[in-house]
Amino acid sequence: MGRYFAIRIGRAALTIVLVVTFAFVVLRLSGDPALMILGPEAPPEVLAAFRKAWGLDDPIWFQYLDYFGAIAKGELGRSMRDGRPAIELVLERIPATLALTLPAFAFKIALGIPAGIYAALHRGSAIDRVVMMTAVAGFTVPSFVLALLLVLVFAVQLGWLPSGGQDSWRHAILPIATLSLGGAAVLARFTRSAMLEVLGQPYIRTASAKGVPWRKVVTSHALPNAAIPTVTILGFMVGTLIAGAVVVESVFSWPGVGRLLVVAVANRDLAVVQCILLLVAMTMVTSNLIVDFLYGFLDPRLRAKEGHA
Amino acid sequence: MPQLISIAGLSVAFSGVPVLRGVDLALQKGEALGLVGESGSGKSVTWLAALGLLPRHAQVSGSVRLDGREILGAPAPELDQVRGGRVAMIFQDPASALNPVLTIRKQLCEALALHRDLQGNAVKAEARRLLDLVGIPDAGRRLEAYPHEFSGGQIQRIMIAMALAGNPDLLIADEPTTALDATIQAQILELLSTVRRELGMAMVLISHDLGVVAENCDRVAVMYAGRIVEEAPSNQLFADPVHPYAQGLIGALPPLDGPRRRLTAIPGTVPDPAHMPSGCAFAPRCTLAAEPCGLSAPSLAPIADGRAVACIRAEASRRALLGIAAE
Repeated sequence: MGRYFAIRIGRAALTIVLVVTFAFVVLRLSGDPALMILGPEAPPEVLAAFRKAWGLDDPIWFQYLDYFGAIAKGELGRSMRDGRPAIELVLERIPATLALTLPAFAFKIALGIPAGIYAALHRGSAIDRVVMMTAVAGFTVPSFVLALLLVLVFAVQLGWLPSGGQDSWRHAILPIATLSLGGAAVLARFTRSAMLEVLGQPYIRTASAKGVPWRKVVTSHALPNAAIPTVTILGFMVGTLIAGAVVVESVFSWPGVGRLLVVAVANRDLAVVQCILLLVAMTMVTSNLIVDFLYGFLDPRLRAKEGHA
Repeated sequence: MPQLISIAGLSVAFSGVPVLRGVDLALQKGEALGLVGESGSGKSVTWLAALGLLPRHAQVSGSVRLDGREILGAPAPELDQVRGGRVAMIFQDPASALNPVLTIRKQLCEALALHRDLQGNAVKAEARRLLDLVGIPDAGRRLEAYPHEFSGGQIQRIMIAMALAGNPDLLIADEPTTALDATIQAQILELLSTVRRELGMAMVLISHDLGVVAENCDRVAVMYAGRIVEEAPSNQLFADPVHPYAQGLIGALPPLDGPRRRLTAIPGTVPDPAHMPSGCAFAPRCTLAAEPCGLSAPSLAPIADGRAVACIRAEASRRALLGIAAE
């Protein structure tokens, strides 16, 4: 058991290293930060001084090692734009993002899972078809289209809600709705197919043949089994709590981590981008670890394998 | 002997395709009935339909009476009392028949809580006793184990224990040994006949293995394409099958004693349920088929005490078997 998780945690660390490396390489290859920040008209000696100040004239492998050394010491660099520590910039944006993603996460679960279960239990019914059509729509319509559609209807036409900004709780409604609807659709589809798969299993028939009332067959025999694949999707969703709102924050001018990322990428503000990526990688990896723990909890067959590993 | 369960005119169709086409079958208290036939002949569907265990889109009609009380289409709470309490069922594939995420104790005690008036520790004690009864060693500790920690044979024993939990009057064993090794098979059948004898329980043994049925059942019903084509006491059916299909089945068995002989096979294949021939479903494969066979499906008619056959050529068939030139 211990070894199993040691391997998992080792793999998680490796994933983070790879993500950070990838980000480092891509950002360094895609343009000169000095030019992006100071502009093409800046005199060459100013550019050279900027590069020297930020260590951009060192050999790339040196910059890379330097960067990792700093991360190991907990220093994530400073923003090239205003010189503040990158981590500070990112951390002060997190509450705004969580104010959208956490309620959205709760709504996704509260809407998606019951809808999926209901659709599976009433397969082929009118409600099943409605749920599935909505789910396919939610699945395929990109979030920026949905966001614009909601703005058009509720802000422009009806004038009920503001179209952007962060001044009151009313400003959060449309972004949260955009995030929730898409996620709930994904969750409904997965829950439905997981339930259908489980309901077709022989052990469900065994339970019915034993005289277990149908309601109890569903709650104590089907749901615990259907939870296993559903937890996987939930894990992905937890992983997107920090940076899953990039598009939505941009559309609704919501000052969260996602907006910060877009601005930082546009400006080649390396330290900030890398800091956000590191944070995202860590949330993803952590949520995957949690999912692994949950699997062990939900599925005794996996527990057994871990015991032998 | 009083009749325990009687099925009359039971028909099942899946999206308009008939798979069971009027089954009549009765079982007395304590009796062991074998149900044989090829896959798809409707052996399992008969009992799944009788207990209301088919998916909702199955169209079921006919009558199933348990102690004279109609249970087909009975309200759910009544059916839940019948299932496991009066009629228990065990299935073919032990690997997937138990819920993988629940302990054996949970699954066994669930059945006990549903059908027996037991409280607290008595439930667990009874669960342990049942596991002992079906021959699971170290029952107390094994109760906390999960299905994947048992072998196929052990799971089938646990399934039997679970079936016995409600003290049923009838046990439907749906190919209980098909997925098991030959030696384990014999042990499970032995266990089934022991508990049956001790508890005075009736049993339906569904199998395509004629040998298994011959050894374990008093009476045998042969099914073909959704109908019962012959019904007889086991010894008589094997010594003197009348329906050409039953003859074919038995002719395909190697004899244990006597001179070696060439095994016969039934030519052709089972008809597609969506395109059933008019008349007798076996006629296209039957060597004795005559013109009237294609006109209407023969009904199951008694030919002797405890024997019935659904074949208008029964007499000719019998004579052919005895080596008398037909007509």
